[in-house]
Amino acid sequence: MSVHPEVIRLLIFLVGIIAFAALNAAYLVWLERKEAGHIQRRIGPKEVGPFGLLQPLADGIKLMTKQLIVPAGVDPVLFRIAPILVMIPAIMGFVTIPFSETLVARNLDIGLLAVFAFASVNVLGLLMGAWGSRNKYAVISAARVVSQNVAYEIPMLVTVVSLVMVSHTMNLTKIVGQQLGGFWHWNIFNFAASPLMPVAFLIFFVCMLAETNRAPFDMAEAESELIAGAFTEYPGMGFGVFFMAEYANIVIGCSMATILFLGGWDCPFGLYPGVHWFLLKMYFLIFTVIWIRWTYPRTTFYGLLNLSWKILIPISFVNLLLTSAMLKVF
Amino acid sequence: MNASAIKQAMAALPAQAVAENDHAKRGNHLDVTVAPDQVVAAVTILDGNGFFIEAITGVDWLGEKAARKKEAAAKAAAAAKAAAEAAKAAGQEPPPPPPAAPAEPEGSQVDDLEVIYDFNHYETLCRVTVRTRVPRDNPAVPTISEVYAGANWHERETHDFFGINFVGHPYLVPLLLPEDADFHPLLKDYKP
Amino acid sequence: MSAFAQTQLKETFVINLGPQHPATHGVLRVKLVMDGEYIVEAEPVLGYIHRMHEKMGENRTWAQFMPNTGRMDYLHALAYNHGYVTVVERAAGIEVPERAEYIRVITAELNRISSHLLWFGAFVLDLGGFTPLLYAFDDREQILDLLESVTGSRLTYSYFRFGGVYNDIDENFVPGALAFIKRLRERLPMYHALVTKNVILRTRLEDIGFITPEMCRKYGATGPVARGSGINFDVRKHEPYSVYPEFNFDIPVYPKGDSMARYMVRMDEIEQSMRIVEQAIAKLPDGPVMAPKAPKILKPAKGDYYHAVETARGSFGIRVVSDGTNTPYRLKLRSPTFSNLSLFGEACQGMLLPDALALMGSLDLVIPEIDR
Repeated sequence: MSVHPEVIRLLIFLVGIIAFAALNAAYLVWLERKEAGHIQRRIGPKEVGPFGLLQPLADGIKLMTKQLIVPAGVDPVLFRIAPILVMIPAIMGFVTIPFSETLVARNLDIGLLAVFAFASVNVLGLLMGAWGSRNKYAVISAARVVSQNVAYEIPMLVTVVSLVMVSHTMNLTKIVGQQLGGFWHWNIFNFAASPLMPVAFLIFFVCMLAETNRAPFDMAEAESELIAGAFTEYPGMGFGVFFMAEYANIVIGCSMATILFLGGWDCPFGLYPGVHWFLLKMYFLIFTVIWIRWTYPRTTFYGLLNLSWKILIPISFVNLLLTSAMLKVF
Repeated sequence: MNASAIKQAMAALPAQAVAENDHAKRGNHLDVTVAPDQVVAAVTILDGNGFFIEAITGVDWLGEKAARKKEAAAKAAAAAKAAAEAAKAAGQEPPPPPPAAPAEPEGSQVDDLEVIYDFNHYETLCRVTVRTRVPRDNPAVPTISEVYAGANWHERETHDFFGINFVGHPYLVPLLLPEDADFHPLLKDYKP
Repeated sequence: MSAFAQTQLKETFVINLGPQHPATHGVLRVKLVMDGEYIVEAEPVLGYIHRMHEKMGENRTWAQFMPNTGRMDYLHALAYNHGYVTVVERAAGIEVPERAEYIRVITAELNRISSHLLWFGAFVLDLGGFTPLLYAFDDREQILDLLESVTGSRLTYSYFRFGGVYNDIDENFVPGALAFIKRLRERLPMYHALVTKNVILRTRLEDIGFITPEMCRKYGATGPVARGSGINFDVRKHEPYSVYPEFNFDIPVYPKGDSMARYMVRMDEIEQSMRIVEQAIAKLPDGPVMAPKAPKILKPAKGDYYHAVETARGSFGIRVVSDGTNTPYRLKLRSPTFSNLSLFGEACQGMLLPDALALMGSLDLVIPEIDR
């Protein structure tokens, strides 16, 4: 009996993706703590292993061994489902992301759509977890999460639509393929398509921050206001899964920014393109995300919605109109 | 706004004592002693003159009247002794001793709780202290929280510590003590 | 109350902010009646760290109560020391040598800077900015080291004595204090550039959390809260004590009354305190640090005495009633934050929860000092 080689390939990739997501979550926590430490004139973790590199392992063991308490009074089904519902789409998002020309689990023609479709399930999981907790802080957080995600999905997707119009495809590998050959080919500098492309990148990046609930838009967690927001009632690994999903979403968001705007695995000078360039760009963006978190105070909730509805959405629509006009003219 | 102006304004209130103090020695400028039912009127005058409320507190004068009585008795005895000695020195027959118990001091024998209201002024240096005394067995003072909203908490605190009942207070429940506290720790006869 | 909150009063819920909550910085509990995220009614619930300092005062000698004063406001303990020793000196008629008064002012002002620095960090932490806290602690650490070398403790000082101070300053103190001032002068502009001018911080503080001068008067608010509402009231100028009249310093007053005004008052006060310390060090006279004739056993004359000092949070008043024995008959501690917090319930009506927490942070609460 023989197994189809495609099945074996898919299995290997699936294991690889889960390992990648989990490792990233663990070591992004390490990076976050180390970076925060240096921003704050301290060292950060240094005791466990060289440079504290084994710290995530220790944290993981601690989280795993904690008792999983389901508090009395919570909705038992929603409370248990929510972390899973947040984690699975985060992992599924990796399926269509091309790390290099060949390193992609499933090269779908609607890859772009698939990533955003999976990403938007995230908010449902958070809502269910918060609502199921039956905690007032969590419920406030749930209301915030939903309106925040709805508000920021619009400018994000409108920006992406303008990119799809330029690329004529939703296949992520092809989108990167069009940007190969040096940084002047990247979409961020594609002034022929729209002079507003750098602004579009900025909008995408800001929306990505808001979608992943990162500071300064961490309304859902907002620990000085809502204690831990949606995660208030979650103990041990229940919280850990939310945490991992948050980092997995950051990785996906930064990967998408890299693919759509920064030429994916392309080298800025047209030399040796490959997965290393992809990872370099992606981790640089993640570094920036962490940097922003430890620099700025949190915005208010209405400030956040005002930013989206009054500034980002109009600009992204202008960008869309401009792009379609330019496409028609040239 | 100075102490003498407030002193004049306070003079309109019936039956009260106003004393100007040496600020360097005592720390306030004006001590106004009023009857409990005059507190609101006195505080309203201060409010009209732009004072702000610093604090409200109490003092338990347990044993004060007994001590005064003892002091008065000692004084009377000393006076009698002195008179007897003077008479003896003059070679006269000692006068008959005065009645053993001195005249009963006016008012009841129940000791007082003193309620102290401290006021200060933002612009000029003028600290005014309003004092009133209520008997320990029925300590009731009208609330001034209608005049000064901030008095609300100070009165609750004083109620916690001394059991003074601020009549008309909107929400006289323990503030610093536990919700079910039925003791008043700053009373001198409080035993924990 | 905002129009939104008024229309939908029917659907409210109660939320307990505290006694364990990251934004209350201690064990304060606020019972909030909320309409969505709008606050309909707020009622602070106190007493979780109530220790009855006033009763303790009645059970110990005058000198034994000294350490208690340092344990009320653990951030500006020296000012509370100062208030207590001055009122007892006033009652007992003790003269204090000039050098001791200068040392008191220098240490109390350094302590004020450290209190404001910690507030600065914690306040920005309330607003979700983590990093300034660590920078502020870095600076504060220098002050704590300096004060530790003189007073022997780092937080709950009981350094002052009736008639002077416990210990003369050592030879490292003056250079250390001047070096610290130089360092902080260089860093304050950085704080202003990174934090004060930050657009997110400004939108969160400006035109939000108004406290009117009339509210301050009715609730007896003092300190930076009153000065942020345009009231020029500082006990150091208004009712001068110690050697403060010798120094040239300004009282920062901001008339607007929003959270930003209170923020700016405190930031400017750091600068003014540094000026005082510099002048005091330049004028520091020689001589004893303890009155030679200070009695070992105090028996102040009968009567009651009041004295107020300006702490980092406002006017701390202390009333002692002496019956001529070696223990106080009654000891009333008027803590500034007690009055400042009492206006929170009125000030935060109709505000959003995050804005109300910003307002609460700008009041600079120290819970052990409220509860005493």
